[in-house]
Amino acid sequence: MRNQVTDALKGQNADYIEVRLEQGLATRIAYRGERLEEIGTTTSLGGNVRALIKGGWGFVSFNRLEKLRDNIELAIRQARLVGREESNFSHTEPVVDLVAAETKNDPATIPLATKKQLLDEYNDIILRTPKIQTSSVNYHNSQRKVTFANSDGTYIEQNKVDIGLRLTAVARDNNEVQQVGLSLGSNGDFSAIEGLQDQVKEAAQRAVSLLSAPQAKGGEYTVILDPVLAGVFTHEAFGHLSESDFIYENQQMQEMMVLGRRFGGKHLNIVDGAAVPGLRGSYKYDDEGVPATTTYLIREGVLEGRLHSRETAAKMGEMLTGNARAINYLFPPIVRMTNTFIKPDSVTLEDMLSDIKEGIYVKDWYGGTTSLEMFTFSAGEAYMIRDGALAELLRPVVLTGNVFVTLDNIDAVGNDLQMNEGGGCGKGEQVPLPVSNGSPHIRIQRCLIGGG
Amino acid sequence: MDEILTRAKKVAEQAEVFQVSSRRTPVHFEANRLKQIETKESTSLALRIMKGGRIGFSAAAGSIEPDALLNHAVDTAQFGMPARFDFPNPKAYPHIETFDPETEKVTIDNMVTLGERLIATVRELAPDILCDTSVTKGTISIRIANSQGGEASYDKSFFSLSLEGILIRDGDMLFVGDSQSSCHPLLDFKTIADEVTWQLDLAKREAAVSTGTMPIIFTPRGVASALIAPLILAFNGKMALDGASPLKDAQGKQLFDRKFSLWDNPLLPYQPASRPCDDEGVPSQQNSLIDNGVVSQFLYDLQTAALANTQSTGSGNRHGGLPSPSPSSLIIDEGDVSLEEMIKNMKHGLVIDQLIGAEQGNLFSGAFSGNVLLGYKVDEGEVVGRVKDTMVSGNIYQILKQLEAVGQEARWIGSFLRTPCLLCSGLSVATKTG
Repeated sequence: MRNQVTDALKGQNADYIEVRLEQGLATRIAYRGERLEEIGTTTSLGGNVRALIKGGWGFVSFNRLEKLRDNIELAIRQARLVGREESNFSHTEPVVDLVAAETKNDPATIPLATKKQLLDEYNDIILRTPKIQTSSVNYHNSQRKVTFANSDGTYIEQNKVDIGLRLTAVARDNNEVQQVGLSLGSNGDFSAIEGLQDQVKEAAQRAVSLLSAPQAKGGEYTVILDPVLAGVFTHEAFGHLSESDFIYENQQMQEMMVLGRRFGGKHLNIVDGAAVPGLRGSYKYDDEGVPATTTYLIREGVLEGRLHSRETAAKMGEMLTGNARAINYLFPPIVRMTNTFIKPDSVTLEDMLSDIKEGIYVKDWYGGTTSLEMFTFSAGEAYMIRDGALAELLRPVVLTGNVFVTLDNIDAVGNDLQMNEGGGCGKGEQVPLPVSNGSPHIRIQRCLIGGG
Repeated sequence: MDEILTRAKKVAEQAEVFQVSSRRTPVHFEANRLKQIETKESTSLALRIMKGGRIGFSAAAGSIEPDALLNHAVDTAQFGMPARFDFPNPKAYPHIETFDPETEKVTIDNMVTLGERLIATVRELAPDILCDTSVTKGTISIRIANSQGGEASYDKSFFSLSLEGILIRDGDMLFVGDSQSSCHPLLDFKTIADEVTWQLDLAKREAAVSTGTMPIIFTPRGVASALIAPLILAFNGKMALDGASPLKDAQGKQLFDRKFSLWDNPLLPYQPASRPCDDEGVPSQQNSLIDNGVVSQFLYDLQTAALANTQSTGSGNRHGGLPSPSPSSLIIDEGDVSLEEMIKNMKHGLVIDQLIGAEQGNLFSGAFSGNVLLGYKVDEGEVVGRVKDTMVSGNIYQILKQLEAVGQEARWIGSFLRTPCLLCSGLSVATKTG
């Protein structure tokens, strides 16, 4: 393989060329209610070429690997049609490396029957719960071997494993339908999704109790976010804004995101890094062959860094961070997050609650999205806070705000960091990308909640 | 493909092969400048078998040994769901126009020029705007064959044009945009340019809105971003079968306003979501989902229809795995009120063009809550400016039960929805007080 790829790259005329070949195998199991809806295996074999000439890119993706040289030439021709200025592309030391997947309890070695038995058990727990109408269970595990070579002389083979599980319990009472979900994942340890019986049972019971829960009244509240939702908040509200491809061509954005700008109090530290080991967003090299790092986005409340590809780093004159990622060979790498989290401070949950007269405690998530400035994210679980204590359960709420204001409204950061490895991140067409996010409990003053 | 089917027939009671090959050429502009030209070629093959009465499935993107594909399907069949249907016999398919040879002939130079002119037109109105634009052409070929002699194949061409603009002023971000697609080449960018011009014009001023309950006009983009996702879920035959759909027992009942009719229509000529048959080889048909406010029909694939003792509606679509029910093009019927009249007759309310986050709530219940990415305030019959930091919440089953008015002019949102504006009342609006 190596000779074939490096030979094809020889004698080509471009500022930069990279080739990526990918071999993948994935298993999916899905239930709706009692019915097993899907159990199947998918293989993939494909690749892509990206060429840079005078600042313009050509990209070709394909399933037929035998005509690699033709595809390189096509990418170069396309890049030539685009390129009109100078190429800006940060240098990284060429490497030759073979990286094995770090698996503990490799899902590939676990028989289909064992996986199905585990999912059957979770599904039964949900469906046995009184007033549960139905369930959905979606499981996948995938393994990919990614071969990467570029015109700098880098040659990397990385093996990657990803496991994901999403369980949903749907409760119904007449025309009222409520649901609660549970999302988990891992980059190579099947045990991450084992032993969840108690959590599954609790989720199903909560879906039932939501049927009789009231809806929050819309408006501004003091809000405490649990580690899971605070992690989603960090990812949505701030993480995406740190992706330099939103910034590097936009002068006004650069002014808004100028390094050194204060975003929050001294207790606020936000980090992203694929070099943090053992998480779903962890890797050794990104999809441009750049070694993974850990980047402080905010240190002690002040903007310190952002996430880069080789192009954005060069154009902004900043250090490489190794954040160029592609979900698969069908797409070129773009700037993405990896493992993003708020670092713990010292406040306990009790202390955060104690001086709130009326507020909302929000936990868990359905999802979140951002328009850079504005974000919305949905809590899976919410409770009123009255006179310093948790009170009645509420229907799920949607929180929204302007990130530039909201980060500064965080007035307490907890001591209980937890990472969440469920779900996946979407940007453009590239979804879902394995990432993780996390946080301790945080408290936000004057957060806008959508009403019923 | 034929070889796999022949081999599969030897080990399984029934078998079906589904093959897709496509070639897409997107031309991307970033921050007003030409950035990247792509060529994306892909081929994939999916095998579905019935063995021991159970369904096995495997799929491959790119080349695979026929035996490997077959073995994967056989392995999964031992755990698969019991098959309740037969693969379709040979059928007569409606003739649907989905291929225009002119689309392929559009040159990359033409596509580049189209993108440049669109951006230039928008920048005349807003010189500081930064536009990301994509111009894409492509073709896709689909072939289905099964052991019962059923066979279908068709080609489709597609062309799409999209623009997303961001305008930053004094720390405020304004997002505008639109997109359009067709099986024909779209060489006229006027539709998108006009739409974006309208958005920029209305957003020139900012307006303050107060927390409360008020009427809202959803533009076609607003309808797509706020109201459609719960309906797609509710009309999925699987959700009706499970009982998760809030409409499960509602067939024949008047649950929506009489002015509201919703169709699933895969037969429209030269629409990218149109097709002569679904991904199981069932002939396409027009399905009425809501007929003058009455719930009429759920969407089914073969297996779900069999479990529900009904017929497939030709809605078995594949998204990488086994077919499952989903709509082709959704059509909401036009009404008789113009957008101008809706605005003119509104005392205090909002026009919503884009909500974000509305699809993240509890879609089953119909409740939604989203942040206004692009929306305007109406005071005494006039748009007075753009609103921000505002959340709109409601429940689609409540607001579509009594629609104040339905717009007289419908437009396409991408290739999945054609809708007029909808004037709804009693939505909850929450906003920052300072």
